[in-house]
Amino acid sequence: MIKEEEELVRTKVKRQAMTDYLTPSVQNIKPSGIRRFFDLVNTRKDVITLGVGEPDFITPWHVREAAVYSLERGKTQYTSNAGLPALREAIGQYLNDQFQTPYDPASEILVTVGGSEAIDLALRALIVPGDEILIPEPCYISYSPITALGGGVPVGIETFAEEKFKLKAESLQAAITPRSKVLILCYPSNPTGGIMTYEDWLPIAKVVEDNDLIVISDEIYAELTYGTKHCSFSAMPGMRDRTILVSGFSKAFAMTGWRLGYACGHPDLIAAMLKIHQYTVMCAPAMAQYAGVEALTRGLEEKDRMVDAYNQRRRLVVKGFRDIGLECHEPEGAFYAFPSVKATGLTSEKFAERLLEEGGVAAVPGDVFGLGGEGHLRCSYATSVSNLAEALDRIGGFVHKLKQG
Amino acid sequence: MNELQLKVLELLKEDARRDADLIATLLGAPAEEVKQAIAELEHNHIIVKYATIVNWSKVDDEKVTALIEVQITPERGRGFEGIAERIYLYPEVKSVYLMSGAYDLLVEIEGKNLKEVASFVSNKLSPIDAVLSTKTNFILKKYKQDGIIFEEHEGDDRLMISP
Repeated sequence: MIKEEEELVRTKVKRQAMTDYLTPSVQNIKPSGIRRFFDLVNTRKDVITLGVGEPDFITPWHVREAAVYSLERGKTQYTSNAGLPALREAIGQYLNDQFQTPYDPASEILVTVGGSEAIDLALRALIVPGDEILIPEPCYISYSPITALGGGVPVGIETFAEEKFKLKAESLQAAITPRSKVLILCYPSNPTGGIMTYEDWLPIAKVVEDNDLIVISDEIYAELTYGTKHCSFSAMPGMRDRTILVSGFSKAFAMTGWRLGYACGHPDLIAAMLKIHQYTVMCAPAMAQYAGVEALTRGLEEKDRMVDAYNQRRRLVVKGFRDIGLECHEPEGAFYAFPSVKATGLTSEKFAERLLEEGGVAAVPGDVFGLGGEGHLRCSYATSVSNLAEALDRIGGFVHKLKQG
Repeated sequence: MNELQLKVLELLKEDARRDADLIATLLGAPAEEVKQAIAELEHNHIIVKYATIVNWSKVDDEKVTALIEVQITPERGRGFEGIAERIYLYPEVKSVYLMSGAYDLLVEIEGKNLKEVASFVSNKLSPIDAVLSTKTNFILKKYKQDGIIFEEHEGDDRLMISP
């Protein structure tokens, strides 16, 4: 009887628009604020952009050459679903050497199409509709929409400039309800440049343990820390089996367009993610995987050279913003500065729009990154020193003009 | 040479117009120390000169450059130094390197045209007593010099804004 009724509804209600075919969860995804700003920037010429969330370096030649060589040898087939054994071996070795996070290449490492796919897989594997997913903010813009797509409820946890945008145990604890299941971490942070140290993690690990949470730790910027070596959440005592570590090649090796990432974790979790991965994408692109092996086995020096260059530019922008009179906490990771524009009395959005119009500099308004982002501006320093100097000049001129009234 | 001086050299090698204040900011070092480091590097002739790398092929009045392999007999007591000096003092000679391998000196010569270079070799270089033989190689095109690619694709292929 109920079935018949459903059938009746199906035949009776004629859909009015193409969008009526879409699922509510897709319809409910709001277009990202970044997208809107992107369209605006594209209408302008002679703009210096600090809005780019990727390295300005081109993938080192020896890495590109490894991919070319793989094509020459005809390595154009599917690889195993989990990724080339040689690549998984290299990832295992690299993670252990660099961050003391050992994973078994055979059962605990999955090669994905960028870190993004790994996040998607993890959330799909974990979310039961109604589950609450805890997300410290401001943060990378895709965690909430992917959560919502799976029927999860994103719960933002605000972090603050005065605390260098670190996640605090009290804020985490306060956000927890009986439905809390997953905590998504992204340190070093896009957009704030904030990092978490071993000492910072300790109380967080306790809350995770006490509340039986599982953690997706997006450590894509792990290599880009300045002064302190990155501390992986998975390296914290007792956290390894509770953590799905997500990372990739994009930021550390300047390989964004290759779409190559990976997830590491407990064999049962990785096996579950592999199930989805094998049916949805089969495997990451083979030529990218061969390039990945080269990057991990022979690309670390080149990586260090790039990190050095980011560090120099970081000092330049932080000093630049402070000289201009915009408060800027010291970013210790990634390649973003997140200065406050509150002193100008403008909202993030208004400031970014006017800076674009009147100053000819593009940067992303902080509010698009969620709670705690309002009043800030995300400025990527992954661009040349001369570009940065010119951008700072223009921003200085613009802010000065604002102050004049 | 201390670490700061090395870092300063690297930054100046990239762009010689960077001033001490900018370099100090980039390195997170006190400006005074950077100024001191540069002064020492200049004083010790580690920084020899701040010159410009020119892509002469884009300049109308084109020049001809040749690399000349020179075999010489070393002098008793002075080795190659005296002959090298006699060669490098000519203004036409742009660089001179002592080499291992099949010949002894690699001499870079610049002239207005082929004839001028050829005449230098036959009238100036070859007649030197110690010079046993020369082999002239003309440069047809420079792709890269001192780590700098001449016709590198400029511009940024990245999206203006990305998350």
